[in-house]
Formats: sequence, structure tokens, C-alpha cells
Amino acid sequence: MSISQIFLALLEEQPRHGYDLKRAYDEHLGADRPLAYGQVYSTLARLLKNGLVEVTGVEPGEGPDRKRYAITDAGVTDVDRWLRSPEKPEPYLQSTLYSKVVLALLTGRPANEVLDTQRAAHLRLMRELTRRKAGGDLADMLICDHALFHLEADLRWLELTAARLDDLTKAVRP
Amino acid sequence: MTTTGDGALLHAEDLRKAYGPTPALDGASFTIRAGEVVAVMGPSGSGKSTLLHALAGIIRTDSGRIVYGDRELSAMSDSERSALRRSDFGFVFQFGQLVPELTCLENVALPLRLGGVPRRTATERAGQWLDRLEVGDVAGKRPGQVSGGQGQRIAVARALVTTPRIIFADEPTGALDSLNGERVMQLFTDAARQSGAAVILVTHEARVAAYSDREIVVRDGRTRDDRLAAQQ
Repeated sequence: MSISQIFLALLEEQPRHGYDLKRAYDEHLGADRPLAYGQVYSTLARLLKNGLVEVTGVEPGEGPDRKRYAITDAGVTDVDRWLRSPEKPEPYLQSTLYSKVVLALLTGRPANEVLDTQRAAHLRLMRELTRRKAGGDLADMLICDHALFHLEADLRWLELTAARLDDLTKAVRP
Repeated sequence: MTTTGDGALLHAEDLRKAYGPTPALDGASFTIRAGEVVAVMGPSGSGKSTLLHALAGIIRTDSGRIVYGDRELSAMSDSERSALRRSDFGFVFQFGQLVPELTCLENVALPLRLGGVPRRTATERAGQWLDRLEVGDVAGKRPGQVSGGQGQRIAVARALVTTPRIIFADEPTGALDSLNGERVMQLFTDAARQSGAAVILVTHEARVAAYSDREIVVRDGRTRDDRLAAQQ
């Protein structure tokens, strides 16, 4: 995830202090991974150096002075370009799970157990996310749905592979 | 109602059932405890619907044993099993199977009326269940006049109105889009858990199974119970 562009978009909404940026990020986008302060200030320093943000005020605080950041015109152009560009779709061609199934077959281990164990682990996580979704707000629902659809896709692959295991065995160990 | 020694409300052992030369159940075993939501998963044709119908006493198996509480379901007569289904079991199917000539309220009240509950009480309780499933506003409409999602909620209300010990659900959201399906599953499992009913949920969809407490996988008529696997 591009923290720089996220900060720019948050600053386009309104000028903020570093602490406010972190709070806005953690609240709306952080899910279970809040930003470290170090990352907040290193990102702001980089944006400042590249002319994408500017300091519009400094307020003395108990600790270091609090700087207020605002987006520049170049920053608006940058965030606009980022929002309009599609994310590269993940091709999912390097699957550890596929490798495990093939290697289990190659070494004479029960590949169906590899699939079953994985299926159970996937479903456990799906249950957890479903419970979290039920108790959460709309943002939680959308984040959990995204994860649930991906896990479901994996599960469908697991089922299909289980159904094709005999054929795969013949291909791997002719 | 007592449960079997291991705390199971319904226990099935080594069920076998063949349609002609094709085995639909080939040594399936199953256990459910009171209040538990169990998903029965598996690919099409794996035998999961046959398992559900056998557990509910709708079909007889060729061999094997099913014990519900302290009674052996597999040894009961057809009329005894039928009476048990009415008193202790609830059913939700893929297409609600509501009676088209009755209003939604009358559909939900029907199992109570068949059980001898006076009309006024039955109607009142049916109305409460419709409200709980958030479809109180369509009480006076006929099933043909409501959406698929509303129809399934009404079917869930009808299954729960008799406060059954077990609800058997066969692809209850199979005909719904994912948003409506999820809403039905959320309301269904919440209501079942609150009323203490166990749910046996047949589904091929992982997102639906994720509303359960655990799953049992059926493959080629045989079952794999994750609880047993976890204990190994």
C-alpha cells in the first residue's frame, strides 16, 4: 500500500499534523496494522523534499514543535494520477500451496491431507472474519468481505485440486 | 430430552445408502451437540443432501444407526418419524417451499396450527418471528409477492416458530445473491443460537459455511469431521 499517496489524499481533504495523519490512517485504513510514528515522519519528510506537501504552520507543543502540513498543487496532481491508475492485478501464479501438493505427491505423502489441513485453516479464518464483520461497521464489513472473497477463491481451488488429485498424481509420478 | 453419553443430541454411525448401484452414503458418521451450528460441505453429488435427509428421518438408510437423544430414529416407524419431525425438527430449503395460497404470516403460523396451537396464539407467535427476521412488513402478502431474500427469511421464521431442537437447512441461500444470502445467514444463525436450536447446514459455499461453528466434509458418501481430526 502506498503510504505517500494515502497521506496526500488525506491532506487534500484538509491540512493536518503528523499525529492527525496517523490517527486518520489508523482509523480508516489501518485495519490491524497501525502506522509506526517513524514511518509517518519519514514519509512526510520525503513528500516535503519532493514538493508534494508544504508546512503551513508550526505550533509549539510539550515535546517537539508540531508542524501542520498541506498538500501542494504538485501533490494534488500526484494523488489524482494514483487514484486513476488501476492496481496491477495479482496473477497468483506462484502458489506455495500448489508447490506443497506437487511435492507431497512427488515424495509419496498424502496430498489430500495437505489440502484438507489447508481447507480447515482457511475456514477457521473465514469464521473469524465473519464474526468480526457481524460486530463491525461498514468499513469493517468491506475489509472483511475483501479478505473473505479471496479466501473463498482459495477454497474453490482446494476443492478443485482435491477432485483432480488422481490426474495430478499420474502427471507427477507417471 | 436427554443426549447420548458423549453429549451428542444427534448421532449417526456408519450410514449407507445406495440408489441402484451408486452409493450415495458409504459409511457416513455424524454427531451434533445441542445448540451447535454445523456446516455439511462437499462437492455436488458427494452425498451431503442424502446425509441431511437421512439424519432428519426423511429417507431410510440401507444400514447404519441414527440416535436422537435417547431414541433410535433408524428403528422408528414412518409415522413416529413424521411426528418427531413436526415436534422437534425445523426445515429450511433452497427455495423456501412456502404455501403460495397462504399469506406469509399464515405460512409461519401453519406448523403451530398443525400442532394444535390455537389460531390467535399461533398468529401472534408467527408475527413475532416475522419481526425478528425483519420481514414483519410483508406479513399480509403472499409468497409470490415478496423477494427471494424475504421469502427465505419467512422460511427461516417458519422453521423456528415451533422452537425445534434441530433445524435442517439445505442450501438455504443457494438461490440468493451474496448480499441477501449473508443477511439471511446472519439472521438465521443469530436466531437459532438465541433459541438454542442446533443447525445442520448443507452448503457448497464457504462463505455460508463460515457462519457455522465447525464443518463436516462429505466426499464420495463418506464424512470427515474436523472436531475428530483436531483431536487426533
